Amino acid sequence: MNWDALATYGPRMLQGLVVTLQLVVISITLGALLSIPVALARMSRSRILRAVSFGYMYFFRGTPLLAQVFLVYYGAGQFRTQLEAIGLWWLFRDAFFCCVLTFTLNTGAYQAEILRGAIRAVPAGQREAAMSLGLRPRQIFRKIVMPQAILIALRPLGNEVILMVKGSSVAAIVTVFDLMGVTRLAYSRTFDFQVYLWAAVLYLVVVEIIRRVWDKLEHRLTRHMRSA
Amino acid sequence: MDLLRLLSFGPDGWGDELLQGTWLTIRLALATVPFGLALGFLVALAKRSPNRYLRAFGNAYTTVFRGLPELLTIFIVYFGGQIALQRIVGLFSGATVEVNGFIAGMVALGVVFSAYASEVFLGAFNNITRGQYEAAYALGLRPATTLRLVIIPQLVRLALPGLANLWLILLKDTSLVSVIALDDLLRKTGLAVRVTKEPFLFFGVACLIYLALSMISSIGIVAIERWANRGLRRAS
Repeated sequence: MNWDALATYGPRMLQGLVVTLQLVVISITLGALLSIPVALARMSRSRILRAVSFGYMYFFRGTPLLAQVFLVYYGAGQFRTQLEAIGLWWLFRDAFFCCVLTFTLNTGAYQAEILRGAIRAVPAGQREAAMSLGLRPRQIFRKIVMPQAILIALRPLGNEVILMVKGSSVAAIVTVFDLMGVTRLAYSRTFDFQVYLWAAVLYLVVVEIIRRVWDKLEHRLTRHMRSA
Repeated sequence: MDLLRLLSFGPDGWGDELLQGTWLTIRLALATVPFGLALGFLVALAKRSPNRYLRAFGNAYTTVFRGLPELLTIFIVYFGGQIALQRIVGLFSGATVEVNGFIAGMVALGVVFSAYASEVFLGAFNNITRGQYEAAYALGLRPATTLRLVIIPQLVRLALPGLANLWLILLKDTSLVSVIALDDLLRKTGLAVRVTKEPFLFFGVACLIYLALSMISSIGIVAIERWANRGLRRAS
């Protein structure tokens, strides 16, 4: 163990971990909010809404996250005068914000696909039963379909959170000092390969904790579906 | 138009550079697959093995390489590989070694691919009923022959949808090798941006090329799945 390097860069790596978690939590939350209208648009009767949401999901699911980050971060620089005119340049100048924006759009597309699959997986009988009870379409969606869809979506959503933790490491390439960014900095200063292994351990711990917590959550939320 | 000239082929356009990058991306992805599949299959066998240590190894391998960010795996293989090779070479001579970026990228992506592929194979194994093994045993086939003639043909069919998915993910993950100085599509695009100062255009085009690659792949996947399912009776 290289104790000197650990004393210097250990605390900074933990700070980097906090940045990583911020990126993930903000993007996943905003992405979840975004995914609901997108999933609904994808299943709507309007052909235009369907086409727009399909194009959005296809683009963000079919291209690499790193290319998307470059597109937003470097691409925004090209529209500097326009962004300044509408007073948003200070946001797009910030690499952290650009990453949050890109990650949100990316995970929103994936979450919308998960949600769409889950909504379609709710048996049609549920909807028909609700209709025969005289519930209105909005009530059916909110009280019958959505609660069941979310349970179905729980497992893939957990995977998506883990993918986001791993994917967020590309933020390091556009100068955000997340865990990966600090690790690269530490390596460029010390040339000690160990720092990458410490980062690996930290990432593994985070992913494992999320996995376990998610398992517990799923176990708890589906307790009414298990026979004693 | 000006933008079109930037994308054209020839000395003042970047079309040929982008095409070179695309070609490297395709080659890298294609080179990774056989390596990743073979490794993934071995790991899946390890996870099914009666030997406790092999099972533990297989599970640890999957947990680690599915949990690590792909970018970090690439760095670890690239820099770690460099150090390891240097040590080995250092035993015999004082020469300095340089790790080939293509090989490092292929190994790193292949290791990640294999970790996911082993889970796909495991799922496929579990979908093959006991009766298949028993029937092969009753016919007097040896275990290796059973695997080759009875299990693997069915395994391919069962694993194909999962593997196809992994291929599409791999295609996107290749973009990460641009950080280890490998001239893939994204890095070539970055070079073009630095010279032309047209980031939105070029990164947009790069994204469209990735989209096109995955569209072409989807067509290929459908064809392969049709081939793999050819012996299967469809419910009419």
